[in-house]
Amino acid sequence: MTIEINNLYKKFGKNQVLKGVDLTIGKGHIYAVLGPNGSGKTTLIKSILGMVIPDKGDISILEKSIKKDWRYRKQINYLPQIANFPPNIKVKELLHMIKDLRNSPSEEETLIALFGLEPFLSKKLSTLSGGTKQKVNIVLTFMFDSPLIILDEPTTGLDPKALICLKGLIQNEKAKGKTILITSHIMQFVEEMADEVLYLLEGEIYFKGTIRQLMEQTGQHDFEHAIAALTTTESHDENS
Amino acid sequence: MMKILKYSFYDLIRSRWSYVYFLFYLTLGFVLLFLNNDVSKAVITLMNVIIVLIPLIGTIFGVMYYYNSREFTELLLAQPIKRSSIFMGQYFGVAGSLTLSLVLGLGIPFGLYGLLRSNAIFDFSLLLVTGAFLTFIFVGLSFVIAIANENKIKGFGYAVLLWLFLAVVYDGLFLMSLIVFEEYPLDTFSLVATMLNPIDLSRILILLKLDISALLGYTGAIFKKFFGTDLGFLVSMAILFLWTVLPILGLRHKARRKDF
Amino acid sequence: MKLDLLHMKFILGIICLMGIQMGMAHTWTVCTTCENSSIKEAIQQAAPLDTILVQKGTYLEFEILVDKPLLIKGIDYPIVDGEKKGEIFRIQSDGVTLDGLFIINVGVSYTKDNAAIRVVQSKNFIIQNMVLEQLFFGIYLEKSSHGKVYHNRIIGDAVDEYNSGNGIQLWYSSDVEVRKNHVQGTRDGIYLEFSDQIIITDNVSMDNLRYGLHFMFSNNDVYSNNTFENNGAGVAVMFSKFITMKNNIFRKNWGTAAYGMLLKEINDAEIVGNTFEENTIGINIEGSNRIDYTDNDFIGNGWAIRVLGACYTNSFKGNNFLYNSFDISYNSKLNDNVFEGNFWSSYTGYDLDRNGIGDVPYRPVKLFSYVVNRTPETIVLLRSLFMDIIDFSERVSPVFTPDNLQDAQPLMKIRP
Repeated sequence: MTIEINNLYKKFGKNQVLKGVDLTIGKGHIYAVLGPNGSGKTTLIKSILGMVIPDKGDISILEKSIKKDWRYRKQINYLPQIANFPPNIKVKELLHMIKDLRNSPSEEETLIALFGLEPFLSKKLSTLSGGTKQKVNIVLTFMFDSPLIILDEPTTGLDPKALICLKGLIQNEKAKGKTILITSHIMQFVEEMADEVLYLLEGEIYFKGTIRQLMEQTGQHDFEHAIAALTTTESHDENS
Repeated sequence: MMKILKYSFYDLIRSRWSYVYFLFYLTLGFVLLFLNNDVSKAVITLMNVIIVLIPLIGTIFGVMYYYNSREFTELLLAQPIKRSSIFMGQYFGVAGSLTLSLVLGLGIPFGLYGLLRSNAIFDFSLLLVTGAFLTFIFVGLSFVIAIANENKIKGFGYAVLLWLFLAVVYDGLFLMSLIVFEEYPLDTFSLVATMLNPIDLSRILILLKLDISALLGYTGAIFKKFFGTDLGFLVSMAILFLWTVLPILGLRHKARRKDF
Repeated sequence: MKLDLLHMKFILGIICLMGIQMGMAHTWTVCTTCENSSIKEAIQQAAPLDTILVQKGTYLEFEILVDKPLLIKGIDYPIVDGEKKGEIFRIQSDGVTLDGLFIINVGVSYTKDNAAIRVVQSKNFIIQNMVLEQLFFGIYLEKSSHGKVYHNRIIGDAVDEYNSGNGIQLWYSSDVEVRKNHVQGTRDGIYLEFSDQIIITDNVSMDNLRYGLHFMFSNNDVYSNNTFENNGAGVAVMFSKFITMKNNIFRKNWGTAAYGMLLKEINDAEIVGNTFEENTIGINIEGSNRIDYTDNDFIGNGWAIRVLGACYTNSFKGNNFLYNSFDISYNSKLNDNVFEGNFWSSYTGYDLDRNGIGDVPYRPVKLFSYVVNRTPETIVLLRSLFMDIIDFSERVSPVFTPDNLQDAQPLMKIRP
């Protein structure tokens, strides 16, 4: 198992965000983590990354508990939602710095070429546009060879060409047998990429399965509607 | 940690504010020494600067840096780096670059001047040492405050309040209690109250070294008796050190439990 | 007959006088191997107005009574060693001159003020070029007048006040000139009690235990061009009137209870052209009235001037106040003194009409100095930001300090 989560609880103040999440994620698939705002997607991902410390429960990555450990993050490539880098350093330096910090082999040249970032390499990060920053962010994520890749809203700010590149990259990594976790609001992107969907609601895993299973369960023919249906049924349940 | 320190440090060294800070001290040093020609007066003015400005700038810089680099910190948190290393690295980066600005900014003019006259070198290095201590202390405190407060405005407010308290309000309360309890022997009280506040402690340390201690009268004699000895000097350095270490421990403690 | 006898005495007197004028005065020589090896014996043998030359050597003598007008002169500083047995010279006659002796080992006593040289009820004495060491009291003038204490060197080694004496002491004496002496290491360098019309000039008094110069109940005295340095408590002028103090230097009287000068119950004095440098307190004034402080320099003192108690109608004009921690300290809200045309280094006003006088008055009293007067321990807050802030607010709108205490015409440039 790539990720194994048992009975995960997390509370922020009075807000119980995760209420006993149990989850196993196998190797070599693309998982889409979906759910309405505030359902605990980001908290779940951050718990996996060790950025949020759970109140209760265990997380194991590649069969190892992550409690009080940090070395396991070497096995993860993470693309954060908002990429805000130190303003005074150049793109080149940032790449060099992350390489230096991770101390792993990397292949950034092809990625830089892929996204056409060469002209920006000597520019300061504060001068870049949002889209370009996101490209840099993507390069930073994909330049290392790790078995688990987590992408938080990877499509933000990307032009169509870059989006196609990104999709190719993701497929490519999948082909290498890597496990990929994606959160996105773009359902079309999810439908295209994801093998399985994790639907989080009210801090629990509400649905886990393939897109086909989802459509069958909801009786919808369209992915977007199927997701919407999941939510509305839930709200019906709640109301009744 | 060293890598983070290195990058934070480089990042800050290249920022505009470090230059402003550095140039400020440089100008101050030159103006004081070459326009005034009165070393003791220069040192006294410097003391005022050091005990007021350094804590303020340390506080503001620390809070600002912390909040500004929050996203970047998150990026780092996802990297295979120990959590405490990230914050320690940033802390030492900020405090180190501020200290460097101070030491170089004042050191260069005094160094040039010192070629002509070098008898005040000990007083001057004491100034720099206390200045460095105060920088580390207040950057540390501001980091602790920032890490404990997600809300930027709140964090900023608390940090400035803390500075205001230690730099001004504390002395006001100190003064009031001295006046209210003037009937009682107050020497031990003043000694302890001074030691508890790093700003007051630095001020007294420098004052005593400046040999205006006789002004302090009977109370000063007691202070001199305590701080003037090697032991007293070591004790006060130890207390400054403690003041430096406590925020660092707090920072580590907070960092370990904090969610991002 | 009676008339005749009187007549005879008169004529004898005339003959005597003529004798001196005709060079009949005898010169006696004392040396260790001479017939006369004792100063005491030489004095007994000598007639009035004779000269005694004391050759180089050591003379173990004390309680030497000089009871006739004599000139006693040392050649190459002969040593008169009192072996700590008591007083050494006692002058009890008018017209005595002591010159060039090296006197050591005065006896220390707790009941008698033994001196190296004591002058009792005598006039027209001259004490000059003496060197006094290991002494109790140095030169003690008692009810004497019209004399001169000139160019002596008095080096004490006083450690405690209770068993040490003063360098030069004047008690009920008048019209004496004390000039060019060097006094150090005694209790009070120069001490005056009930002594009037004394002139003290060009002396150096330093490293004394208590005061460099000490006045008590002495009026119409002048001291000028003296240097008082590093004395335990500085210079004290107490309970005296009409004293003139000019061009003296008060330096480095630095310590928890030290000041350049202490004025206590002094009226109608003139303090002109003195320099007060690096003293804890430049001038400490208590209950002193009608004093003119003019053209003095106060440099780098803790307090330049500290006023305690009621002091009226004093005027401070044309002084330089440079880099003192506190310029003026007052402990009352009343002010009847005038500050005018001084230069204050901490003055920050401007001079738009360029007449050399600041357009904004300067307020020399800080609130902090007021607080310190009340609770001395608060001095530990010296130079703290809090104090600067309340000082500033007090300066803007005075509440605790006398609001008429200001220099309305502060100089823009230092008085040369």
